[in-house]
Amino acid sequence: MAEAVLHDVDPIDRRPPLILGEPDFHGITEAVARPIEWKPPLGWWIVLGISLSMLALLGVAVAWLFWEGIGVWGNQIPVAWAWDITNFVFWVGIGHAGTLISAVLFLVRQRWRTSINRAAEAMTLFAVACALLFPTIHTGRPWLDYWMMPVPNQMAMWPQFRSPLMWDVFAVSIYGTVSLIFWYVGLIPDLATMRDRAKTPKQAQLYGIFALGWRGSHRQWHHYERAYLLLAGLATPLVLSVHSVVSFDFATSQLPGWHTTIFPPYFVAGAIFSGLAMVITLMSISRVAFKMEHIINLLHFDRMARLILATGSIVGYAYATEFFVAWYSGNLYEFFAFRNRAMGPYAWAYWTMVSCNVVVPQIFWFRKLRVHIPTLFIASIFINIGMWFERFVIIVTSLHRDFMPANWDYFRPTIWDISTLIGSFGLFFTLFTLFVRFLPMVAIAEVKGVLPQAHAIPHETSPSVPYRQEEGARA
Amino acid sequence: MSAATTTAGSGPLWGVLGEFDSPAALYRAAERVRDAGFERWDTHSPFPVHGLERAMGLKRSRVPIVVLALGLAGAAAGMGLQWWVSTRAYPLVVSGKPFFSWPAFVPIMFECGVLGGAAGAVLGFLGLSRLPQHHHPLFESKRFERVTDDRFFISIEAADPRFDKSGTIQLLERAGAVAVELVEGA
Repeated sequence: MAEAVLHDVDPIDRRPPLILGEPDFHGITEAVARPIEWKPPLGWWIVLGISLSMLALLGVAVAWLFWEGIGVWGNQIPVAWAWDITNFVFWVGIGHAGTLISAVLFLVRQRWRTSINRAAEAMTLFAVACALLFPTIHTGRPWLDYWMMPVPNQMAMWPQFRSPLMWDVFAVSIYGTVSLIFWYVGLIPDLATMRDRAKTPKQAQLYGIFALGWRGSHRQWHHYERAYLLLAGLATPLVLSVHSVVSFDFATSQLPGWHTTIFPPYFVAGAIFSGLAMVITLMSISRVAFKMEHIINLLHFDRMARLILATGSIVGYAYATEFFVAWYSGNLYEFFAFRNRAMGPYAWAYWTMVSCNVVVPQIFWFRKLRVHIPTLFIASIFINIGMWFERFVIIVTSLHRDFMPANWDYFRPTIWDISTLIGSFGLFFTLFTLFVRFLPMVAIAEVKGVLPQAHAIPHETSPSVPYRQEEGARA
Repeated sequence: MSAATTTAGSGPLWGVLGEFDSPAALYRAAERVRDAGFERWDTHSPFPVHGLERAMGLKRSRVPIVVLALGLAGAAAGMGLQWWVSTRAYPLVVSGKPFFSWPAFVPIMFECGVLGGAAGAVLGFLGLSRLPQHHHPLFESKRFERVTDDRFFISIEAADPRFDKSGTIQLLERAGAVAVELVEGA
């Protein structure tokens, strides 16, 4: 199959077909609607069961945290930010690939994105939900979290807008909101498909309410496409800004190891890198479980693996630059922080990070490995682990040995740190498992639009209007 | 009137619905309906057929204006909020900076601008395409259920000044419709 994907090219545009097996429009609808309309396979129940148990663990961990306080975690001075903020940055980063696939690849006309953008956007939403959990519970008194919002209150106090932590509140919550809007707008035509296929009135009603009465009218499509393009145009700078702002949490502080201008691009590249790995993890399972191998095929994995190679190499380059600058700047504290990373008590974490993030993606120079699903899956798990460790290394190794040797300490997680991390995966997988069961996990309308039979009309019938006027054609 | 014409729904005549089996057929038929001078008509397809706005003679979408307006409003609101909080509501000296230290306010201004723009995109799209509209006479047609699957339609409203029941049906048939249906309802 690998050979067929990469060598059967379209004679006209010399690109491999995006969807295999030459399905018709109806075939796409059937393939995507099947997992929603049929009884779910046993495997789905098993995954849901495991995810829900992990989610229950999150409930317990968070309840105990609220009852007892932050002391149940391993956080201590000087390591006041530990797993909680590591997890926060990890989850926000995961979300970034969804927006990259849905918005950035849309703007640069990478049509292969249509097979995976819906699931990747859903992944973004769920990852952002997991991310928001951590700063919320990290505050210690979460019932006072409304202090972060600019709301009038009886204390007549207002947020301090010069703090990057406030920028973060706005950046991440707006990112979540805009991702939701983008995802929902993309879903409207597909919800209408589910409404029109519904077997029971209840289904038709439920999907119908959210389909808003979509009629596939071109007067609607006309505005829809414009709105979608603009949303993509807005989401692209947004996604770059969000992880930049997250990196400002660190970069604007005075701490050696954090106080560096390389952070924004380095964080954004790392975020996309980790998110793509998560997309591969999720897609390599769901495509088989729901029989969508022809829609989400090896071509898509090949493209994602290339992006992983590119972003992984940027991340590796950033690691090297950090080290170089720490040495070249002549700043003793900075150089100590980096030497301590690579050779201090957390060297094991540092080298785990380097092997997972820099060494592992290099296998994707080889085409055979880019289209070999088991390899991709295993590599994606390693990258997920590596990117979690990256945040751990940045946060914990910089904090645990600060300016005063008397303060030095070694951070160890407690069982509650571990439960909360596992629990956040529970939240993520529960939401994703429910998503693939109840909503079309592939953008039906978009995939139909990239089938060969969807095109070729304007060429044969209307050669008179120049291309530039296509959008501004007058009545 | 053709014998094959069926009727969907009940009540006053809303219009006619022509069914087509491919994007190409829809495109060509749309050009003919446009050239016949109709105004209250529409095409329906499972996915946006490229270039159809040209075949229909649609004007450029006005969504971008809404996005620009709400985006700028969002950015202004973001900066305004920070200005008001930092200079009026709760003036506080932070690291010796002036109360209105605007460069520090740029990130939140930007995020608020994006939020406004995104709201503009979705509201502009919904407003201009008159959604949500859960009830529509076209939903009476059983055929029309396939519009979100694999069929292509042209609907012409009886309210159009050029509408003439048998003439419009004939137009759609000659334009290549595989089926024509009268739609009743309001």
